[in-house]
Amino acid sequence: MVAIIFACSLANARFLPMVVSFVPALSRGRSNLFGMSLDAQLLSINSWAMCLREFPNIDTGFRHRYYISFASCILLAAVIGTLLGYYGAVLLPAAIVLGLIFVSPLFFALVLSAVPDRAQRISMVLGCATIPLAGFLWPSVDLLITGLVGGSVGFAAGKLWRPVDAD
Amino acid sequence: MQTEVLWMIVLGCAAATFVWRFLGVIVVRRIDANGAIFQWISCVSYAMVAGLIFRMIIMPESQLAGVSLAIRIVAVLIAFAAYFLFRRRLVAGVLAGGVSLSAMVVWFG
Repeated sequence: MVAIIFACSLANARFLPMVVSFVPALSRGRSNLFGMSLDAQLLSINSWAMCLREFPNIDTGFRHRYYISFASCILLAAVIGTLLGYYGAVLLPAAIVLGLIFVSPLFFALVLSAVPDRAQRISMVLGCATIPLAGFLWPSVDLLITGLVGGSVGFAAGKLWRPVDAD
Repeated sequence: MQTEVLWMIVLGCAAATFVWRFLGVIVVRRIDANGAIFQWISCVSYAMVAGLIFRMIIMPESQLAGVSLAIRIVAVLIAFAAYFLFRRRLVAGVLAGGVSLSAMVVWFG
């Protein structure tokens, strides 16, 4: 049991950097610890990716509302979808089920393809390059290793590699 | 497995996810949102999420593992083509990718 909870804890460690990179974009100036903690509980990879993509087009005052509405809908849809998937998967042809499973990573990939920041783009490419090796060497902490290696090198590369005409 | 044990696992995992998110909030309150540490942590999270997506598509542990790598890659390419063709409409990309994967599974096994 302890092993399961420990594995679950490792799998959730990714939320630490995700929360850190998300919260400042969500609410500049809001500093209520309790409120921020509640907001952080609602964060999912869907809402993280989608909100960071849409926030530049949304007025700062409306971002929190957008996030809460989006994340709540996602959560509700996830519960309904999980139930439907659990009971419905046996009723659908296998090819359709595979197509539906494929939609999830595809959506994330499409959303993240629009990330404008160069250091973040380099980090994502390096993350993809690192994960096969990390998964082979340290399967239980592969995502953390991937994040630390890909993100750190990507960050450094973004700092060092500046075009001459940049500010 | 006993019901009590299952409940304890559920609660333990809920606590595990709560703690990381709460730590994230603690960290974010202590760093400058425009500073280098923030940028670095952002890069770490982007690398991690990209790695996760890469693993889901290229080295899946789900039922997708039964679909050949070539089919998965072609479906991703079709999805991106549709996405850019329809002026970055997510629905177009997701639909094209999902449908093309299903179709290729039917045709090529």
